[in-house]
Amino acid sequence: MVTRPLVAVSDLRHAYADGSAALRGVSFAVGAGERLAIVGANGAGKSTTLLHLAGCLLPQAGSVRIGDLILRSDNLPQLRRSVGLLFQNPDDQLFMPRVFDDVAFGPVNLGLPADEVNARVMHALAVVAATHLAQRQPHRLSGGEKRAVAIASVLALSPTILLMDEPTASLDPASRRQLIELLQTLEQTLIIATHDLDMVLDLCPRTLVLGEGTIIADGASAVILQDAALLAAARLEKPLRLQACPVCSRRLPANGRSP
Amino acid sequence: MAKIESSFLDLGYLDSLAYRDSPIHRLDPRIKLITTLLFIVCVVSFGKHELSALLPFAIYPVMLLALAKLPPGYILRKLLLAAPFALCIGVFNPLFDRATLLHIGSLEISGGWISFASLMLRFVLTVSAALILVACTGFDSLCLALARLGVPSAFVVQLLLLYRYLFVLTDEAMRLARARSQRSFGRRGRELPVIASMLAQLLLRTLDRAQRIYLAMQCRGFDGELRLLRPLRIGTTDVVFLIGCTTALLGLRFADQAPALGDAIGGRLSW
Repeated sequence: MVTRPLVAVSDLRHAYADGSAALRGVSFAVGAGERLAIVGANGAGKSTTLLHLAGCLLPQAGSVRIGDLILRSDNLPQLRRSVGLLFQNPDDQLFMPRVFDDVAFGPVNLGLPADEVNARVMHALAVVAATHLAQRQPHRLSGGEKRAVAIASVLALSPTILLMDEPTASLDPASRRQLIELLQTLEQTLIIATHDLDMVLDLCPRTLVLGEGTIIADGASAVILQDAALLAAARLEKPLRLQACPVCSRRLPANGRSP
Repeated sequence: MAKIESSFLDLGYLDSLAYRDSPIHRLDPRIKLITTLLFIVCVVSFGKHELSALLPFAIYPVMLLALAKLPPGYILRKLLLAAPFALCIGVFNPLFDRATLLHIGSLEISGGWISFASLMLRFVLTVSAALILVACTGFDSLCLALARLGVPSAFVVQLLLLYRYLFVLTDEAMRLARARSQRSFGRRGRELPVIASMLAQLLLRTLDRAQRIYLAMQCRGFDGELRLLRPLRIGTTDVVFLIGCTTALLGLRFADQAPALGDAIGGRLSW
């Protein structure tokens, strides 16, 4: 039986105001519960694709379908109920004066009753292990804490699709590992734009490689991330874990941990 | 750069004072806001030559300072920082108003000097009251109080975002200043074009950031109206504080005790 994909992007094109093309006919589909990584060099179109999926940009040509909704200006509020976008810089995302207010921002705007908002906020903070930060001010949090709270602010909306733009950027190794372990527990459909190919190995069975606004490859991460020539064409490198040790020429095991 | 860093830390310190615990900190922000506004209105409503009647009003900030256990030295330093603005406004009074109004022994003091002293006293009273209000309430709670008291949402949103991103902007300015100082090799006097360029950079980055913040807000259903869930409750203590302060302030303003008390404090001043 063929199931209908949850996200369908068809021949999506976008050019910026200065005329430079960001997307030149991108098409792909994502099934419910799937975890997809979008990788590519700077300017390849990763963030622009995510902004379309979140309804922050409208297609200049082509179409984006989320569930049963075709992305249009008149159904943006409905679409945003099912899609949550995590921005690259948590300071852009955490705009309220306290963590609780920030996580509650979305549910309150949905018009939910106060009890349910409280329950959602506390649940979302519990998922990211940040309940103790509820009354803190965002500017007093560490980078890892900000990232966790930013994820909670999206989870509080109970989206079916989570979009993440460089979620591991500027995180220390321990915070990065915590984030990966957290994302592994989430049941939502995940679409992650990233340069962190080691994280892709841990999280996403499928990878889509973008280059200059077009899809260069779309397939299993285990295959794509082994293809040195393909990665070089996309101005990427093999994940560190798949690179042989320069001294002993041995590779780390697939789980990334030392033998 | 050190100046930007110290201002940043100073701002953070004012912010951290709001997290202390005291009877004043525990009061509802709306009550504190209303009494402070009433205090300011009372203080500024006196005539320009009034001096002795203003002195009893010092009880209010001193009382709050003591009950909230705030560091007086810090509030004093903040007052000194703002003092030049008040000085600039009042410094011409003695030049334009030379009529003698006060005799202290054989010394004649003109109305200009008295109105100047009155202005400075009002400045000290009102600004210290406002600083104490922020220090024992927190800027975000004050914004919440403003929203609950019916101040237009657009104004409250601007204030909240200003407060939230002041820290981010200062941090960014610090990084820019650090980058400049790393490559300026102590050259001074030729920095104006560089500083202008840095400010332009800061403006451009801020505009970009504003766009991203707006997108983030839209993604979570922002429709122009800010809705805050944080509960505010007015209890018995709040009502007692409000009634007590209102009665005392209006009493000092309209009853005869103020000049009497002021004269007692002011000693032998007469005119």
